[in-house]
Amino acid sequence: MEKNYNTNLLVGQGPHIHTTLDTQKTMLMVMAALAPALVVSTVVFGPRVLLLTAVCIIASVAFEACWNVLMKKEQTAMDLSAALTGTLIAFNVPSGLPIWIAIIGCFVAIIIVKQLFGGLGKNFVNPAITARIVLFISYATAMTTWPLPKAQQTADVVTGATPLGVLAENAGELPSNVSMFIGTIGGSMGEVSAIALLIGGAFLVWKKIISPIIPACFIGTVFVIALIYYAAAGVPECAADKGVFGMAIFHILAGGVMLGAIFMATDYVTTPTLTMGKVIFGVGCGVLTMVIRLWGAYPEGVSFSILLMNILTPLIDQLTTKQMVKKYEQKEGAK
Amino acid sequence: MSQKKHLNSAKTPHYKNTANCVAVEMPIPDVVRIAMSHNIGKHCQPLVKKGDEVKVGQLIGDVDAFISAPIYSSVSGVVTGIETERGGMGGEVQVVVIETDKKQEVYEGIAVPEVNSHADFVKAVRASGVVGLGGASFPTHVKYNPQNLEEVDTLIINAAECEPFITCDNRTMIDDAENLIYGMEQIMKWLDLKQGYVGIEENKPEAIANLDRLFKEKGLDDRMHTFTLQSRYPKGAERVLVYEITGKTMNAGVLPAQLGIILSNVTTVAAVGAYLQTGMPYILKTVTVDGDAIAEPKNVKAPIGATVYDIVQFCGGYKKPVKKIVLGGPMMGRTIASDAVGIVKYNSAILAFGEEMGAFPKETACINCARCHSVCAFELMPFALAAAYEQKDVDKLKELRVMQCMECGSCSFICPAHRPLIFMNKLGKGLVREAGN
Repeated sequence: MEKNYNTNLLVGQGPHIHTTLDTQKTMLMVMAALAPALVVSTVVFGPRVLLLTAVCIIASVAFEACWNVLMKKEQTAMDLSAALTGTLIAFNVPSGLPIWIAIIGCFVAIIIVKQLFGGLGKNFVNPAITARIVLFISYATAMTTWPLPKAQQTADVVTGATPLGVLAENAGELPSNVSMFIGTIGGSMGEVSAIALLIGGAFLVWKKIISPIIPACFIGTVFVIALIYYAAAGVPECAADKGVFGMAIFHILAGGVMLGAIFMATDYVTTPTLTMGKVIFGVGCGVLTMVIRLWGAYPEGVSFSILLMNILTPLIDQLTTKQMVKKYEQKEGAK
Repeated sequence: MSQKKHLNSAKTPHYKNTANCVAVEMPIPDVVRIAMSHNIGKHCQPLVKKGDEVKVGQLIGDVDAFISAPIYSSVSGVVTGIETERGGMGGEVQVVVIETDKKQEVYEGIAVPEVNSHADFVKAVRASGVVGLGGASFPTHVKYNPQNLEEVDTLIINAAECEPFITCDNRTMIDDAENLIYGMEQIMKWLDLKQGYVGIEENKPEAIANLDRLFKEKGLDDRMHTFTLQSRYPKGAERVLVYEITGKTMNAGVLPAQLGIILSNVTTVAAVGAYLQTGMPYILKTVTVDGDAIAEPKNVKAPIGATVYDIVQFCGGYKKPVKKIVLGGPMMGRTIASDAVGIVKYNSAILAFGEEMGAFPKETACINCARCHSVCAFELMPFALAAAYEQKDVDKLKELRVMQCMECGSCSFICPAHRPLIFMNKLGKGLVREAGN
């Protein structure tokens, strides 16, 4: 009987099965986790939220695609990493931001922060956070003109201070913690609704996309510092009805803490890899945020704190790696 | 029994499609190709030449070396040539090609071995030709002859079968449990071991129940126990298994015997048990034949040297164009370029994959997610090791403990960027060895 041997089989190094999760799916899950916040934001601020998000996604992907074409690199625009960056940029700006400014933000994030340093996995700071800070410093007025929620707008008044702005000026009335939890307050598009962001975060933890360590340490540190500060210094006039505990809750709900802690401080590339490093990173973010909020010139400090901790990440990694190596040297004997 | 302490592991898919398939003997093929290397260590020298008649169980290859095991003919017939081909472990290997007469005449010299001492026992195990049948292929008699014979007191049988697809160990525990238990008794008797544990992943409840029942029936349950492991990869890796069952940390380069443990694969022990009762050397191997390109996946009892092609034909052939064939499990098994090769003792599976499952996924950039670190049983940092390897930084590789890597492949499996991390670890280990440490 004639035997038709297969003599041209594919050979190579195992393993020969792989997890179904890839980079693209990881990014997709994070974007899915941001969906609840997008829905709440659209309800609160109106359809311009969707427009701005779409513009940021398209601009980011387009910048990435153009870069790859110009640099004759493999096309990575469809791995959704740029799309996620675009979404996060949109979430970090006011809903009234002129579109051209948002596009500049995308340029900064994708081209300057990400691609100039070598593309996905090589950037040392979070592209979306850096873009936000660049815009915040370059276009201070546009970036701090906060549209009020649609329901609170009147014919004459369409913008107002954010809760943290009110607190910093100690003038006006702070919204209730309940409306901050739900998201019917002024602020960056994606940061207003704590509940929506928490749902997204829970989804990511459940799907094992992110570790809860950094968000827990970040949020926990903000809470504890606020508690200690207001217990010692007293509650300001504008927050008289909240009390010390209420102010601690206020601080974790206000500004970018939830968005930053869950979605930006958990970026794999720019945060520590080992558990101990994640704890240091999370606590560090919380401390810096509160230092800026309580004693700094700006009412909000989440993005600066994450950026600064991003820069410290290589050092944290080195420290924690050394520590682990030491632990195993004792266990395994010098190799 | 089950464990309290766990090492990190990966949740690989099981694909135990053939778990309920009792192994069936395949018809004797026209030709068998018996390689002269079935184990780690020295290659055997062929003891037959072209034109020689051989019978079932006749010695056809041996070598005088410490780490070696003899090779026997699995068929009766005529040697038609000694060829050279690329061996399963790399390098060239001689192959004895035998045209079968299908009479399966048994060699006259087959006799039940007489065992009266530990030395006799070791000699008999060597004569059986058995090597580590789980895939590691370490000659079994060497394992049963530790330098610190007085110190060993525990027998661990590796029946985790953590590699996806493979079910032949499962069948051993269900269909060949008598030989397994006889083998265990003999090992424990001649090495004077106090306790024996059979480590089985919890996805094999039938095997666990069967052994529990037999241990009890035979009154052996005071010293023989099943030990239930998590169904995760790589619980069957020697160093992981030792930790999970005894809590003892076993570093790279350490032998189980140094921790007082004799560790053997379950099918290996059953093969030793069978040899001690019959004197027939190890010539019939149960292989799991599976993969999306196989028409009828099943467990096959195939004569050593039967070609992959013939075994697959017995399983209904390929149902779609085959792209890749893996001998062994999908995590640590080796690919072959041609299905004309004969199987060796340690091949526990033949996995044939079609276009889609057989393709290697495209590699993308590392996103620093550290999943590779989170699945590593020894908490290595494959992402950092890969970076150190790419920079050829030997000091860094050593500092990051690259030599502790057992090459299980969990890191490559879990990597969302599909980077060949395990490959880089192997190359990194090579760099360290080259540097002379």
